[in-house]
Amino acid sequence: MKPAPFAYHAPRSLADAVRLLTELGDDAKVLAGGQSLVAAMNFRLARPAALVDINRIASLDFVNSEGGTLRIGALARHARFERPLVEGVLGGLLPYVARHIAHLPIRSRGTFAGSLAHADPASEWCLVARTLDAEIVLTGPKAERRVPAADYFQGVFTTALRSDEIVSEIRIPLPGAGWHGGFAEFSRRAGDFALAMCLALIRIEGGRIAEAKIGIGGGADRPLRIAAAERALVGQAPDAAAFAAAADIAAREIDPMSDIHADADYRRDLVGAMTRRALAHALRA
Amino acid sequence: MSEPVIGQRIRRVEDRPLLTGRGRFAADIDHPGQLHMRIVRSAVAHGHVRAIDAVAAKRLPGVVTVWTGTDVADVPPISFRMMRISGLEPFRQPILAQGIVRYVGEPIAVVFADDPYVAEDAEDLVTADIEPLAPYLDPTLEPPPFAPGLVAEAAVVRKEYGDLAAAFGGGARVLELGLAIARQSGVPIETRGALAHIDSSGVLRFEGAAKVPHQNQRALATMLGLALDRIHLHEGHVGGGFGIRGEIYPEDVLVCLGALRLNRPIKWIEDRREHLIAANQSRGQRHRVRVAFDERGFIRGLDAEFWVEQGGYIRSHGVTVIDLTAAMMPGPYVIPAFRAIGHVRLTNKTPAGTYRAPGRFEGSFVRERAIDAIAAALKLDPIEVRRVNLIGPERMPFKRGLDTLGTEIVYDSGNYPAFMDKALATFRLPDLKRSLAERRASGEMVGLGLGFFVEKSGLGPSDKVKMSLTPDGTIEVVCGSASLGQGIDTVLSQIAAEKLNVPIAAFRVRHGQTDLIDEGLGAYASRVTVMTGSAVSLAAPALAKKICAAAAPLLQRRPDELALVDGRIGQADNPAGPDITLAELARTLAAPLEVEARFESSHMSYPYGLHAAVVRIDAETGAVAIERFFVAYDVGRAVNPTLVEGQLVGGAAQGIGGALYEAFVWDDAGQPLAASFVDYLVPTALEIPPIETLVLEDAPSPINPLGVKGAGEGGISAAGAAIASAVDDALGNPGAITRLPIRPDDVRRHLRGR
Ligand SMILES: Cc1cc2nc3c(=O)[nH]c(=O)nc-3n(C[C@H](O)[C@H](O)[C@H](O)COP(=O)(O)OP(=O)(O)OC[C@H]3O[C@@H](n4cnc5c(N)ncnc54)[C@H](O)[C@@H]3O)c2cc1C
Repeated sequence: MKPAPFAYHAPRSLADAVRLLTELGDDAKVLAGGQSLVAAMNFRLARPAALVDINRIASLDFVNSEGGTLRIGALARHARFERPLVEGVLGGLLPYVARHIAHLPIRSRGTFAGSLAHADPASEWCLVARTLDAEIVLTGPKAERRVPAADYFQGVFTTALRSDEIVSEIRIPLPGAGWHGGFAEFSRRAGDFALAMCLALIRIEGGRIAEAKIGIGGGADRPLRIAAAERALVGQAPDAAAFAAAADIAAREIDPMSDIHADADYRRDLVGAMTRRALAHALRA
Repeated sequence: MSEPVIGQRIRRVEDRPLLTGRGRFAADIDHPGQLHMRIVRSAVAHGHVRAIDAVAAKRLPGVVTVWTGTDVADVPPISFRMMRISGLEPFRQPILAQGIVRYVGEPIAVVFADDPYVAEDAEDLVTADIEPLAPYLDPTLEPPPFAPGLVAEAAVVRKEYGDLAAAFGGGARVLELGLAIARQSGVPIETRGALAHIDSSGVLRFEGAAKVPHQNQRALATMLGLALDRIHLHEGHVGGGFGIRGEIYPEDVLVCLGALRLNRPIKWIEDRREHLIAANQSRGQRHRVRVAFDERGFIRGLDAEFWVEQGGYIRSHGVTVIDLTAAMMPGPYVIPAFRAIGHVRLTNKTPAGTYRAPGRFEGSFVRERAIDAIAAALKLDPIEVRRVNLIGPERMPFKRGLDTLGTEIVYDSGNYPAFMDKALATFRLPDLKRSLAERRASGEMVGLGLGFFVEKSGLGPSDKVKMSLTPDGTIEVVCGSASLGQGIDTVLSQIAAEKLNVPIAAFRVRHGQTDLIDEGLGAYASRVTVMTGSAVSLAAPALAKKICAAAAPLLQRRPDELALVDGRIGQADNPAGPDITLAELARTLAAPLEVEARFESSHMSYPYGLHAAVVRIDAETGAVAIERFFVAYDVGRAVNPTLVEGQLVGGAAQGIGGALYEAFVWDDAGQPLAASFVDYLVPTALEIPPIETLVLEDAPSPINPLGVKGAGEGGISAAGAAIASAVDDALGNPGAITRLPIRPDDVRRHLRGR
């Protein structure tokens, strides 16, 4: 439980950090909250030759909303989201989601951007980014890239992020009026990674669902949108029958993982249940 | 006379350093010039060790040396502390693998380095060439060869009484059940730790001892070829034991060997991953039971066969767990005919030992599942079926007809039916049943389950204490027991304070130090309050006598005219007369006044209890939430009810873990899949409901001077049984639950099948 030897760098600017990553090459890793990386290093599952600690880069420590976009800097910790940061549907929803991430000590260190860089399939923030069509801003030696969440997540711990890039910011378009959002997660114990979870947003117009976003996390190798379930909801009245039908579709569409805590059949059940609950929650919230 | 002290809810006297951050656990100790030890462990579950290459590791700057099996081949394997039945010797564990590895995590080499980080770097550089052999993982399969001339079944433990054939014949109804309990363990917050150094007088000092320091002193002395006065063990603060911490393990021997051979202090602190693959695990049993009963639900006979996953070796407990599983299985019921056959099978998994309520957690699950099955088959109330089977108070003391741990089982006292009535009344069973019925009618899946059990405590054969008045007026109580956090300083002080009639603040209890007293069995089997406490109660009058004798000349009275009252020595019949305080007396003494007393007991005492659980099932996810958990326990006499309740609450939390969460799991190659707290699910405060307790003192033990029975294990014993029963009830499907832990996917499977 002691890490292998590594060199440590603590740059003060994003440019310096990127330069270091370029110079040090593949064996260097960004250190953000350390809540996934340090554990992996202590188990010697990760053996970076060098760490580039970004915690002293003051310019990365921000959360703000302007022009209908929520902008999240790389040093925004999970705990920051426990209180409402924006008006509208995300105002209540993000704090509710945040409280499902691990436990308070971990939430006070771990970062939103670190979760996206790490890309655990059961990460709440990855699900939020995918469901809300976030844009991930990657700063590298040459230029900045803005990758849509749909392209960013590529598999278990696998993303579009290159080893010389830093997730510098996440931009989430704020849903407008008429949107309702709900979230449901199942884990064996409070604070554990989800065995399945669903983030659901629906826009209701004249008593009918006009638009829907159904995101599933923990069910497969990356956060997914279930387009068929979204389509099925559009035009329906937001009632139990419509939600159950969408939940069935989500359960069917997913290609679930299997591990010691849940086999594929059980995960499928959970995906259905969480989808139905998230939708019901959206209507209540 | 002053107020009684025994029975009072006195605050724990040992807590100040623990609450103010001044506890000294193994990892807090350092010695100048120490080396850090790191174990290289097998990554293969079963295989022949062809070669181990430590050249690169030895070359790493900071590494002093690396040993493999050949370097320690002269050290005998670790022997048995308990239940050393014949034929077990070939299954003992060597301190480093000798040519063959038998589980992932087995020590194959050891690194000594001047820095713990370097030690781990060196561990990485040691490479092992191991030719894999097929792993043996399922103990119900035919045991393969273990070594030339031996199969991987080390023993078959058999316990029986009565006429089983008659019980199962003659129109008896018969049911058969297949049941399983996963591998689980105690996982104390403080992992293991061991430090050894040689002091200025050449004595080997071992720190990090726990549970059984004197027994381990003897074992280590034998293994290392040292005289007993050349090695001493010292217990510091201990962050939990639960049966597994403090047993002698390869690492303990290796730190001593390191200190002796390298002449440097050696420090070893286990990490959590090591703990979860290398420290003793427990449970891991499969049972097949047949039960014969009549129309009232009275059990005519119980016939159990079970298979135990012992893991790669037989460790210090010998076959204790198997013995207890069999012997304690009949529990509180008459059961006129009984047989249990336990197969001890050496699977290629982490070796097993005891864990809180060893054998009773498992056996209670099996027995109470059988009772519930009978009730379901006869459509009777499970509580009434239990009542029909309970041993009546008129039969106490009750000879069980079995023995365990070398003692004959005689339930020393108890009124089981009256206890059950009292417990159920306290739990407000009728109201509860009504409200559950209403909730069920409105669609909720809720259920209630019970488990009745008999525990055992106070294992002998004897305990000695020394009690002395020291020059500063403190009364020192020295015992060979140990503290794993359970509060023995408080309990022994309370007993001494009451028996000596001296305020509790005057006492200092010392334990776990082999150089302060020459014997001690330690802290296990809920024995300390019973055995050491009784010894203290015997020492007190002897010390009082000495104190009065010493005070007599000063007060110009005969010793028999004097008495100790509230810490002062004065005339027994004249409270207004001249007196002297203990401290004043102590100052006049040339040497401490000291007495020794011993309590002996060839029988254990048998507390008993009932667990009741109310659960709610989430039908969509299969999750089981425990709404209420209730423990009633008769401990004969509670020296400190708050501490007894604490034991019950902590035990219940672990019981809930065992019932719903905890399982060590391996893949088909014998790789452990639950080697961190991400996968080995210990329930947190968020999963445990408030535990309701009822501590009763209706059946004092007649076999010790205090009437006490041990309280350490009653919180966990039937937790699995009660929760399984409650889940069945919530599912409306008697007998659905056949294995522990009850996972949400299992529950879902039952629901899908409806
Ligand atoms: C007990 C426990 C329970 C947990 N439970 C949950 C849970 O329920 N849900 C959940 O989502 N998470 C959970 N986590 C993980 C936690 O949320 C982490 O904080 C998160 O996964 C990573 O964020 P971090 O800032 O700590 O990143 P770090 O650990 O510092 O880094 C993680 C990885 O991302 C890279 N990285 C980090 N930041 C950047 C960046 N800005 N640019 C490029 N690369 C970067 C690092 O190089 C590393 O590879 C848990 C952690 C623990 C210890």
